[in-house]
Amino acid sequence: MIEIQNASKWYSAFRVLNDCTTRVAKGEVVVICGPSGSGKSTLIKCVNGLERIQRGSITVNGVSVGAPDTDLPKLRAGIGMVFQNFELFPHITVVQNINLGQIKVLGRSKDEATDRALALLRRVGLHEQADKYPAQLSGGQQQRVAIARALAMDPVAMLFDEPTSALDPEMINEVLDVMVGLAQDGMTMMVVTHEMGFAKKVANRIVFMDEGQIVEDTTKDEFFGTRRGERAQLFLSKILSH
Amino acid sequence: MTDGFDLGIIVRSVPFLWDGLQLTFLLTAIAVAGGLVGGTLLALCRLSSFAPLSFAAGAYVNFFRSMPLILVIFWFYFLVPLVVGRPVGGFYSVLIAFTMFEAAYYCEIVRAGIQSVRKGQIYAGQALGLTYRQNMLYVVLPQALRNMVPILLTQGIILFQDTSLVYVVGLHDFLVSADIVANRDNRLIEMYATVAAVYFVLCLLGSLGVRKLQRKYAL
Repeated sequence: MIEIQNASKWYSAFRVLNDCTTRVAKGEVVVICGPSGSGKSTLIKCVNGLERIQRGSITVNGVSVGAPDTDLPKLRAGIGMVFQNFELFPHITVVQNINLGQIKVLGRSKDEATDRALALLRRVGLHEQADKYPAQLSGGQQQRVAIARALAMDPVAMLFDEPTSALDPEMINEVLDVMVGLAQDGMTMMVVTHEMGFAKKVANRIVFMDEGQIVEDTTKDEFFGTRRGERAQLFLSKILSH
Repeated sequence: MTDGFDLGIIVRSVPFLWDGLQLTFLLTAIAVAGGLVGGTLLALCRLSSFAPLSFAAGAYVNFFRSMPLILVIFWFYFLVPLVVGRPVGGFYSVLIAFTMFEAAYYCEIVRAGIQSVRKGQIYAGQALGLTYRQNMLYVVLPQALRNMVPILLTQGIILFQDTSLVYVVGLHDFLVSADIVANRDNRLIEMYATVAAVYFVLCLLGSLGVRKLQRKYAL
């Protein structure tokens, strides 16, 4: 589904991505972790072309993200993305947030879009908040709306860029529960997160990054077992100790 | 100025002054609307990654911003008939001058407004599959405009006052109308005090109205 081949990216002289190669198969959940500044967020933003790689290739469903003749808006419409800071549009209501892409990109009618939006809001437990503005919701609620907004586009895969990092601790689980549900429904997911509980529960593979490189790319059992490398070991001991 | 303050002259000239004030309103409204639309297009050009476009827009803005408005009004008064090939009258030449002049100022306001929208919002619009145009139209500009409300108002009020410059091409706006009465009847104090009071009240009402709007649409 998602193929990343020898991807490299520089910010002037600084190499943020160094020859990264990995893949996400259909229905697979891949968790990307690593210390801050290791390039995880950059890598995931390259998958739908929000950031560009300068060397290597990324394909989604056989379509090359970097090719000049690729219709990027069309490609992106088929890949859901959830951001660290939710990024709901603050000037329109919850239901309008979920309808915007459906109406303008997929060409659905307003009624059709609203039906779908309300169904998705019910799924994430927020159907009563449909006509509120994002600022009237808690962080956890906003992130669940953001997930619903992405799902409304019927994506073939979902990208999560640290979806719980900006949340208060008591709101993390309500978002993770939605994500676990998605994973169990067979959604193809690429998730940048430090939530190792989530990784243990639903991930198929764990990719560990450090200094722009993919250091480990293993199954969940190997990663949480004894075979992981020194740097991943050090990282895990830091984030699991509290 | 022979006798005391004569309220009667003010009351008697209300219909005449109202005609002038209508012209002032009309000029302000059209120039604000035209300037805002033109300024938004210019701002999009200035922010474009296509260098010639952004250079041309930048040159336009810097050129008009270094010209005194009164000079621009003069110019268009003489220039527009030459370009069009026939006289267009003071009103239309002034309208074009104001719109083009204001567009330069609105461009910079809109540009700052667009840049005040967080990068993450643009990413979110792109990730949904919106095209550049759709992202601007439905995500970026609505937020930018809300952020710009106070400064747009300030610019609108300045423009409202600047419309009094049309006296140089002989249009009868509010100030000119009052001036005519003042000189005809030798009632300078009454008429100029009235003009000042009306400008003050209108600008104050404008500020209060927009403050209310701003609270309603604050993000």
